[in-house]
Amino acid sequence: MEGCTRKSISGTEKRIMEKSKDYTPPRLAEKFLSWYCKPELLEDLQGDLYEYFQRNVKTRGVVRAKLIYIIDVIKFIRLYTLRKPEFVNTLINWIMLSSYVKTSGRNMLRNKLFSAINIAGLSVSLLVGMLLIGLLSDIRSYDQFHEKKDRIYRVISNYEYLDKPNDDWFASSSPKAGQLIKETVPGVEDAALMYSWANNDVKAEDKIIPLEGHWANESFFQIFQFPLLQGNPATALKEPYSLVLTSDAALKVFGTTDVLNRPITMGDKEYIITGVAHNVPEFSHLKFEMLVSLSTRTGEPGYEKHELAWDNIWQGYAYLLLAPETNLTDLQHNLDNLCTEQDKTVKNTKIKLKLQPLQDVVLGVEMSNEIGKTMDSKNVWVAGILTLIVLVSACFNYTNLSIARALKRTREIGVRKSIGATKQHVFNQFIIESVMISIAALVIAAGLFVVIKPYFLAIDSSVESMIKLRLSPLLVLCFVGLALCTGIVAGFLPALFFTRVQVAKVLRGGSDLKLFKNLNLRKVLIVSQFTVSLAFIASTVIAFRQYNHFVSFDLGFSTDNIINLKVQGNKPDLLQQELSALPEIEMIAQSSVVAGIGYYYGGSMKYKNPLDSSNINHNTIDANYLPMHRHQLVAGRNFTTAKPNTDIGEVIVTENVLDHFKIGDANRESAIGEIVKVNRKEYEIVGVIKDYYYGRADNDKNKVVLIHSEEKASYLNLKINTTNWLATMSKLESVWKKLDPVHPIAATFYSKQLEDNFRDLLAMLKVIGFIALLAISIASLGLLGMVVFTTETRLKEISIRKVMGANALQLIYLLSKNFLVLLLVATAIALPATYYFFTEKFLVTLKNHLPVTIMDLLTGALAMLALALIMISTQTLKAARKNPAEVLKSE
Amino acid sequence: MKGTNLGEFEELVLLTIAALVNDAYSVAICDELEKNTGRAAKLGVVHAVLNRLEEKGLVKSKLGEATNTRGGKRKRYYAVTSAGKAALLKAKEVRDNLWSMIPGMALKNI
Repeated sequence: MEGCTRKSISGTEKRIMEKSKDYTPPRLAEKFLSWYCKPELLEDLQGDLYEYFQRNVKTRGVVRAKLIYIIDVIKFIRLYTLRKPEFVNTLINWIMLSSYVKTSGRNMLRNKLFSAINIAGLSVSLLVGMLLIGLLSDIRSYDQFHEKKDRIYRVISNYEYLDKPNDDWFASSSPKAGQLIKETVPGVEDAALMYSWANNDVKAEDKIIPLEGHWANESFFQIFQFPLLQGNPATALKEPYSLVLTSDAALKVFGTTDVLNRPITMGDKEYIITGVAHNVPEFSHLKFEMLVSLSTRTGEPGYEKHELAWDNIWQGYAYLLLAPETNLTDLQHNLDNLCTEQDKTVKNTKIKLKLQPLQDVVLGVEMSNEIGKTMDSKNVWVAGILTLIVLVSACFNYTNLSIARALKRTREIGVRKSIGATKQHVFNQFIIESVMISIAALVIAAGLFVVIKPYFLAIDSSVESMIKLRLSPLLVLCFVGLALCTGIVAGFLPALFFTRVQVAKVLRGGSDLKLFKNLNLRKVLIVSQFTVSLAFIASTVIAFRQYNHFVSFDLGFSTDNIINLKVQGNKPDLLQQELSALPEIEMIAQSSVVAGIGYYYGGSMKYKNPLDSSNINHNTIDANYLPMHRHQLVAGRNFTTAKPNTDIGEVIVTENVLDHFKIGDANRESAIGEIVKVNRKEYEIVGVIKDYYYGRADNDKNKVVLIHSEEKASYLNLKINTTNWLATMSKLESVWKKLDPVHPIAATFYSKQLEDNFRDLLAMLKVIGFIALLAISIASLGLLGMVVFTTETRLKEISIRKVMGANALQLIYLLSKNFLVLLLVATAIALPATYYFFTEKFLVTLKNHLPVTIMDLLTGALAMLALALIMISTQTLKAARKNPAEVLKSE
Repeated sequence: MKGTNLGEFEELVLLTIAALVNDAYSVAICDELEKNTGRAAKLGVVHAVLNRLEEKGLVKSKLGEATNTRGGKRKRYYAVTSAGKAALLKAKEVRDNLWSMIPGMALKNI
């Protein structure tokens, strides 16, 4: 119709037209037309469109003609062409509902094995879906209680040093940026400026209690919905040395919430309590027990110079309240201008600012310096995809088994159709059947949900602290919706299949039924199920091996039987003295940082050339540290127990420090006695040790300088020799309690710390392992069903073959051949894909990883194949063993 | 219903139906309209108008024979009813009246 002109049809054109009759309009569009169009208009429209289609084929080519046809079909959706819902049909559907439920119920009971397989598969996959929905609903409910949530934005910053552009964003921003935006940028109504980490011990009424919190300005309570029990929200955080407690914190410190205007000591300063807030809701990304007025900081010396520096973006936070209908593009433009202006005040650094809606804070792109717990949206996407895979796999089972069993149902459909059931009715019947199955699965899944919830939350400590998975009516509704959708998806193909059953053929008892026309579809479904399962198993094995490799990684020193005790501001020497009385403790060392778990103390070092200053990592240790951790001395000596010299201190360095600064020659002894400058202080090298992993096992070996110093240690490293760990731990604790009644003891096994270091890998391992288990179970159940079905239908064939002299082995080969081919195809797809993913994508960024071996890939696949083989052979063996006389006599 | 008043396009379609006599079905009407007005007549629009005219009782339709050019679908032939004829005549009359009221010179000078 698009600009078609009427032409007289000449002879040649006529021939072309006849030829072009071979082309038919797109079938789907045709079907769609006849679905929505009123029956009385349909023929006319179809004819018209066909005519135009043929013309377009001639003038514009087949592809465009088809496209135009599709567009026209869509354009014809008008009020007058739409089919009105037929009341009678709807009524019949309702009346027939009970019949459908009844027949479906009977059918389910008759085929207990198939129903069980379907329900089991669907219920585990629904369980995964439920967990995901619960997780999403919890995450989406973060920060929803703020009344002005739609207008609150956080300022996030990007830090570019020495013209090295990057795409790493920080959740924090410099206090100066917050202040300038609040004062100068139009469209910003108000800004809550914060400074993180106000955690401190507070003293009141002879009690010392550690509290966690932040600094915040007076706008905080104006912008956020943290209602005050006492105090004026507008002024509570205005004056310097004001402090707001939550009611729980007030109870902890004072035993009452009626504490307005009471004094409280923090550090050596006295603060006044100007407000008591309700406890922070659990679904808030901002968490605090107390808030201290930001103006307290402004008065401190050095504030202007250091904290208000434009490039001090590390601890400040700015939450903006925008005026309604503010243009975000204009605002961003203003922010960019501000940045260009302010970049002039700092050297070599460019800061970029951007606004992040409050809604995106918890579930968004992962950023450094988060003020609260967040979840990377990437992880949620991955979880979503895994869930979908499991759900689809279970649906495949249903589809496969239903179509395979179709032979037994076709007669019923034939009868139904011959007494007046339309395609629609048959379709509805089978959808209802699958929905019934999925509702049954939902009931089981709900039970599983309750059982598995605590295990799921324990996957990772960050999950546990963020997610509650509490049931709510809305959540239950979502679950039911999920089950309904799953049921419809699972039943769609079988239902479509049954609507195509041709009455005449079925009722004639024809054996030429083309039931296995869909054989290819079923093969594809089985192969895809097993491909996914095999990929999951291989991933689990690889991840497990990598995790083990990193946890037991040779860091270059020994961590056996060592407990690291955080000193938490106490006197380390006193603690050491008290602890050395315990007989279980073999040795005590002091250090400022625990090596190998991803913490770094950075500094700069210079040797003879004053211009060559280089970054090194350092640790402050005592004489016991090196022997306890079995570091290998290459040259020189260990520190002595004598007090270190205060003028020129002593250091022990790793070999790569010598190499970098070219200290001494190949003989390491030559470096002993050299003087180096570390953090602008002079030290003498007294020893050289082998390189070791200071940071994490998946990083390079750092250049490390070990300093012998009087500086207070942050950790006591305890070498323990005991068989009764529990008793030892409680002894440790009682010693600790005596010295520090305020803070709970923080003592951790070194091995545990190393494990925690790779927590993310472990969490991934657990999730993929769990999903792999489910995927395998579902795929195996499906396979079992298919095998049972095939052997059942071929029982007669088997019996005849047996009579003719086939033995059991031949029969097993005959029956399992097809399945084995499918499994092999799945293996051939899954293993290379997994290998590619791990070697090219995932492990590339992971240093020191184990190479992926063929065995990694094959172990899972072999186990899977063995499982499948056992299933197939037991079933076929059962059939092969049957007495052929009994099978054949029933004919 | 808006009564028997004809819109401009409705009038054109109705006239085309009358002009095509025994061959007035949707595609032919479209082609004829295009030929005479020079405007692209969209099938969807023409269909909607035909539908409306039939609802107003200005045309009546019957299904013809199945043909191969239409993929075995029958054509729906339209014919002008007496109400349609009256509406056309009325429209013409209104126009003629207005034309006759214009003095001979009036249009010449524009």
